Amino acid sequence: MKKISTIIKKEWAQVFKNRMVLFTVIFLPLLFTAMPLIILSLMRNSGAGDLTSDMPAQFSNLCPQDMSGGECFQVYLLTQFVLLFMLMPLIIPVNIAAYSIVGEKTTHSLEPLLATPITTAELLTGKNLAAATPAILATWTGFLIFISGASLIVSSPQVIRTLLEPMWLLAIGLVGPLLSVLAVNFSIMVSSRVNDPRVAEQLSALVILPILALFFGQISGLFFINRRIILLIAVALAVLDGIMIYLAVRLFQRETILTRWK
Amino acid sequence: MIRTENLTKKFAETLAVDRLNLEVREGEVFGFLGPNGAGKTTTVRMLTCLIRPSGGAAWVNGFRVGAEDMNIRRTTGILTETPGLYDNLSAERNLQIYANLYEVKDVVGQVEKYLRMLGLWERRQDEVGTFSKGMKQKLAIARALLHEPRVLFLDEPTAALDPEAAHLVREFIAELREEGRTIFLCTHNLDEADRLCDRIAVFKTHLLVVDTPAQLRSKIFGRKVVFHLRTAEQAMAQSLQKYAWVKDVQMVDNKLVVTLDDPEAHNPEIVRTLVGMAADIQFVGELRHSLEDVYLRLVQGN
Repeated sequence: MKKISTIIKKEWAQVFKNRMVLFTVIFLPLLFTAMPLIILSLMRNSGAGDLTSDMPAQFSNLCPQDMSGGECFQVYLLTQFVLLFMLMPLIIPVNIAAYSIVGEKTTHSLEPLLATPITTAELLTGKNLAAATPAILATWTGFLIFISGASLIVSSPQVIRTLLEPMWLLAIGLVGPLLSVLAVNFSIMVSSRVNDPRVAEQLSALVILPILALFFGQISGLFFINRRIILLIAVALAVLDGIMIYLAVRLFQRETILTRWK
Repeated sequence: MIRTENLTKKFAETLAVDRLNLEVREGEVFGFLGPNGAGKTTTVRMLTCLIRPSGGAAWVNGFRVGAEDMNIRRTTGILTETPGLYDNLSAERNLQIYANLYEVKDVVGQVEKYLRMLGLWERRQDEVGTFSKGMKQKLAIARALLHEPRVLFLDEPTAALDPEAAHLVREFIAELREEGRTIFLCTHNLDEADRLCDRIAVFKTHLLVVDTPAQLRSKIFGRKVVFHLRTAEQAMAQSLQKYAWVKDVQMVDNKLVVTLDDPEAHNPEIVRTLVGMAADIQFVGELRHSLEDVYLRLVQGN
């Protein structure tokens, strides 16, 4: 455990000195939290309450009968925004993990590190936690601020209650961390296998595509996220994470990394 | 302390190390010389369990490479070709990280000990990125020593250092030898190897030779004694050639260069012979071939 915590502290000490990474960890959650609140606030002030005509018709069927058209639109809008909080646990750790592996390459620090009595599992656990924890904390904090802000802006308690539905709490509380673990291990896996660290960074960013598809799928009314979909995603991610962790450890071959990275 | 038996490493079709047989004794500084691409770093990486051998076997500190890697890592220190420090962290933080990873009990004490020993204590809070190359190299050496390893692998410790910094590092290596540590030193610097190493291996994919620097000179070039005379004559050279233990005599200006196996035993007889021929001997000295001459002769296959 001491070695894992040493790796985590080392990663944080290093990574948070990188302005780009720090910018991603701080600015992205701020942006994703503030943007929906500003839009909600502007809508309320402009009096553009009921824009149900701009909403996919299928969504209005999902709203409770006793909910007005305006309230249903607000729920629709908030639902889109909540998806942003599922992007955060993907984007933030990809940046940290890519930097943490690539950083070791650029400073040539991986060789002395691997010469210490640390196992691959300890090293990767440390790197995983160092990259995933800030993303998860930032997501949770951002979501809490978002709910608090929304409850001040949106007058209908019924609308706010939809945000606190188990489905969304499951999405943010469980799917978010699972997405982070996926992103970190994907990033580590890619970094371990490619020769060029820049390619590693670019390939790692591909991991956000499925969530983007989810985001645009819902906006365009192709489907609407419900409790069943979230549960399915959670189960699928748990399985996928297990596979990713296994692959990341298997593919993190010290020899290949040391001899390929020039 | 270090033993290899037919240690071999192949990368795809490239043979990097070919059946290396070595024995490094406890407490000696063992120089590992060879041209670029000879397989020196690959050998160090195999012995420090960073890469797996393709064939043969090796033992470090009594632990077998490939079977007891963790024990080898715990009991050896390595200075890699590039220091590989965390530039945006302080010198102290760099060492603390490694002290924890090497499971050092007294982290604070060991870090202070080596920062002071290497003259970096006053700069301990400074980011390593602000350090000179020499300071970084010293810090990397400190990092390799934190867990008090008995065997130390130093890969090009003075490469890219200015003469002053290189001198400081060499002095420190000499101190480590005094402490009885076994040092496996990869270097291109032949003068450094000559000064520091008890024995030297010349290596180019396979082992060319292992011996003390003095023995290597003697084996490759023989020992040559130069007799500086006021006036040298051909007759004098001819009279020396009659001795069976004289291997060669050359007259260069007013000097006679005599190749001998055992100059200490035969110089007095040569002096008596020359004096008997009325030669005025001004100086007598041994002609020392540089290790570079020996090295070039070996690696160029002459």
